[in-house]
Amino acid sequence: MDFNYTDEQNALRDTLTRFIAKDYPFEARRALAKSAEGFSRAHWKQFADLGLLALPFPEDFGGLNGNAVDTMLVMEAFGRGLVLEPYLATVVVAGHLVREAGSAAQKEALLPAVAGGERMLALAHYEREARYKVSLVNTAAKQDGAGWKLSGAKGVVLGGGAADTLIVSANTAKGLSLFLVGSKAPGVAVRSYVTQDGGRAAEIALDNVAVGQDALVGPEGGALPLVERALDYGIAAMCAEAVGIMAALDEATLEYLKTRKQFGQPIGRFQALQHRMVDMVIATEQSRSMAMMAAVKADSDDAAERRRAISAAKAYIGQQARFVGQQAVQLHGGMGVVDELNVSHWFKRLTMIELTFGNTDHHLGLFSDTLLAA
Amino acid sequence: MDLNYTPEEQAFRAEVRAFVTGHLPADISAKVKHGKRLAKDDFVRWQKILHQKGWGATMWPQKFGGTGWSAVQQHIFEEECAEAGAPLQLPFGLRMVAPVIQAFGSKGQQEHFLPRIVDGSDWWCQGYSEPGSGSDLASLKTKAENKGDHYIVNGQKTWNTLGQYADWIFCLVRTSSEGRQQEGISFLLIDMKTPGITVRPIIMNDGEHEINEVWFEDVRVPAQNLVGEENKGWTYAKFLLGHERTGIAGVGRSKAALKHLKEIARKETSAGRPMIEDARFRDRIAQVELELMALEITNMRVLSAEKEKKGGHAMGPEASILKIKGSEIQQAIAELEMQALGHYALPWLPEALDPAWQGEPVGADYAAPLSGHYFNYRKTTIYGGSNEIQKNIIAQMILGL
Repeated sequence: MDFNYTDEQNALRDTLTRFIAKDYPFEARRALAKSAEGFSRAHWKQFADLGLLALPFPEDFGGLNGNAVDTMLVMEAFGRGLVLEPYLATVVVAGHLVREAGSAAQKEALLPAVAGGERMLALAHYEREARYKVSLVNTAAKQDGAGWKLSGAKGVVLGGGAADTLIVSANTAKGLSLFLVGSKAPGVAVRSYVTQDGGRAAEIALDNVAVGQDALVGPEGGALPLVERALDYGIAAMCAEAVGIMAALDEATLEYLKTRKQFGQPIGRFQALQHRMVDMVIATEQSRSMAMMAAVKADSDDAAERRRAISAAKAYIGQQARFVGQQAVQLHGGMGVVDELNVSHWFKRLTMIELTFGNTDHHLGLFSDTLLAA
Repeated sequence: MDLNYTPEEQAFRAEVRAFVTGHLPADISAKVKHGKRLAKDDFVRWQKILHQKGWGATMWPQKFGGTGWSAVQQHIFEEECAEAGAPLQLPFGLRMVAPVIQAFGSKGQQEHFLPRIVDGSDWWCQGYSEPGSGSDLASLKTKAENKGDHYIVNGQKTWNTLGQYADWIFCLVRTSSEGRQQEGISFLLIDMKTPGITVRPIIMNDGEHEINEVWFEDVRVPAQNLVGEENKGWTYAKFLLGHERTGIAGVGRSKAALKHLKEIARKETSAGRPMIEDARFRDRIAQVELELMALEITNMRVLSAEKEKKGGHAMGPEASILKIKGSEIQQAIAELEMQALGHYALPWLPEALDPAWQGEPVGADYAAPLSGHYFNYRKTTIYGGSNEIQKNIIAQMILGL
């Protein structure tokens, strides 16, 4: 075991810390969230220049061959900065899927373009009826000559509005399969909207959308483990993002306790508040440990071990993030519930992370069920 | 960063496992695994076996006979010992007085006491708390009068663990009433055979004799048994508590306990089905396991960072985090073990804790110790500085509140 970051990872952290401090001030971010697209193409270009968009991809396809720990460092910083650009959707989830399952031609067509910031991706997988059940998909793909025709509806697709290419899951006669679909293709209807945390997601309807044989990603009928793995990368990344937010909330709250005066003294003198603050810090440190474990296990090829660790981290961090978020608001008093202070925005993002890709109850259930095996 | 064990660490685990399972006496591990009462000799025998291997005081600095293991190796060692059913290496000598003697004791004290701790010759106990001085330890009143070549000690210590077996006690005593109360405290090593010492049992909520009151009446202690300087004892006392708190996390032992809990949950039934199939109960086990998974990593993160920072010799206030979470987890597991028994948590059969007892158990053969264990383990969030005191330490020392 080794708890230290490499020199390259420390350099990456420094770069990200500087970027968030300099280029991502809260007021600018707040305005960006209200803009039409909801993020900045200029920032996206900066990410490309910094190598962030190439991070997890193989060197043969213009990538940097990074691992999930590298992604963790990026997401932790993005959490602190409340970064709005669809990094999670494009690079982490869809990007990993192409990396793991794409053919050489698909990787060649997509990964260098993603790394260069020219193309955005999104995984269109979850459906309303299935809630968090990854294996349940009603969207269908019918063989049509040399290609396929896709019909169905995908719900709350993260980054769906910005994506140039969607990776759509659909059932064929052989089972769950994945298809590349252009977001402007005939029959694709994308309804993009703002999410509670200022991000963007979309409802996507597919009506007899025609794609070629070369649109199939991975083996026909073999998509479930691929989707699970891509979502696990996404969960590990969100765990790191949550830890970044929790650490930022702890710092902001501690500062507030030291400066806000009531009854003639800083409110941090009151033991009831001191102990709450300590509980927040402990929750954050314990969550950091779980986010580290999730990152390391996300790269594991043992699917059962990986899934158990990812569910453990998501269930645990979901609870701790709720506690830290709620208490940060509480200790800020009225200032905790106003739009003009970053605290409420961190709290909202934490809350949406808890609800994304399986909430606490869902993952606690998955983890708990592994105890049934002898 | 990599949280997977390296091949070297896996080989080390195999080596530790082979030794522990090969040398831990079967009668001792049977007592530990079945929650039977342990005798003094059980602890001492195991300490002597470890000592012969060179593993008697693995956590000590190498110049005093420690192994120089990394935090991960130390964790593996503790995990394997717990898994095998080894008795706890009691902290009073190894983790509490020894680091103080190493850091502040005279050469003579180091040469005399340290080898006798590691080879199991001396059993140490603690003289810190007093009836009027619990969390406010610095208010302690046990008095030591300086008579030149000796001190005369009068007073009363309490919450003294297993002092009925002890050869020596380390005591905080008041040597001055001038200035701040912290500035009048000294650290004395006292031979338990000295005339004037009386040990009186305090029976715990599980009916067991684990702790004592210790009375001192005109007890004569040679001046050479003073550690460090007179009136500097408070510094040494806090140093000691930092060391005590690290051991208190008890991750290895909690992992073994969690495994035991799962075994019980497979055997106990509800409406004919194993309790592990009851989702409401299973989720409670899962919840504790999540806490323990996080603590295992936090524990190694903190200990590894400390080792790099200070040569592994002194623990900072981060140890308080380990104490708080470790104790909460120990209590949660103990509570679920009791809950798993349902009605069979009610019978109290202290005779069943006797290793020689041949009687018929009431309910399952593993049931008898579990409720007592739950009651007993309420101590974990109280001792070593209550968890509320730990939060004060974190608030002041880490957060600057």
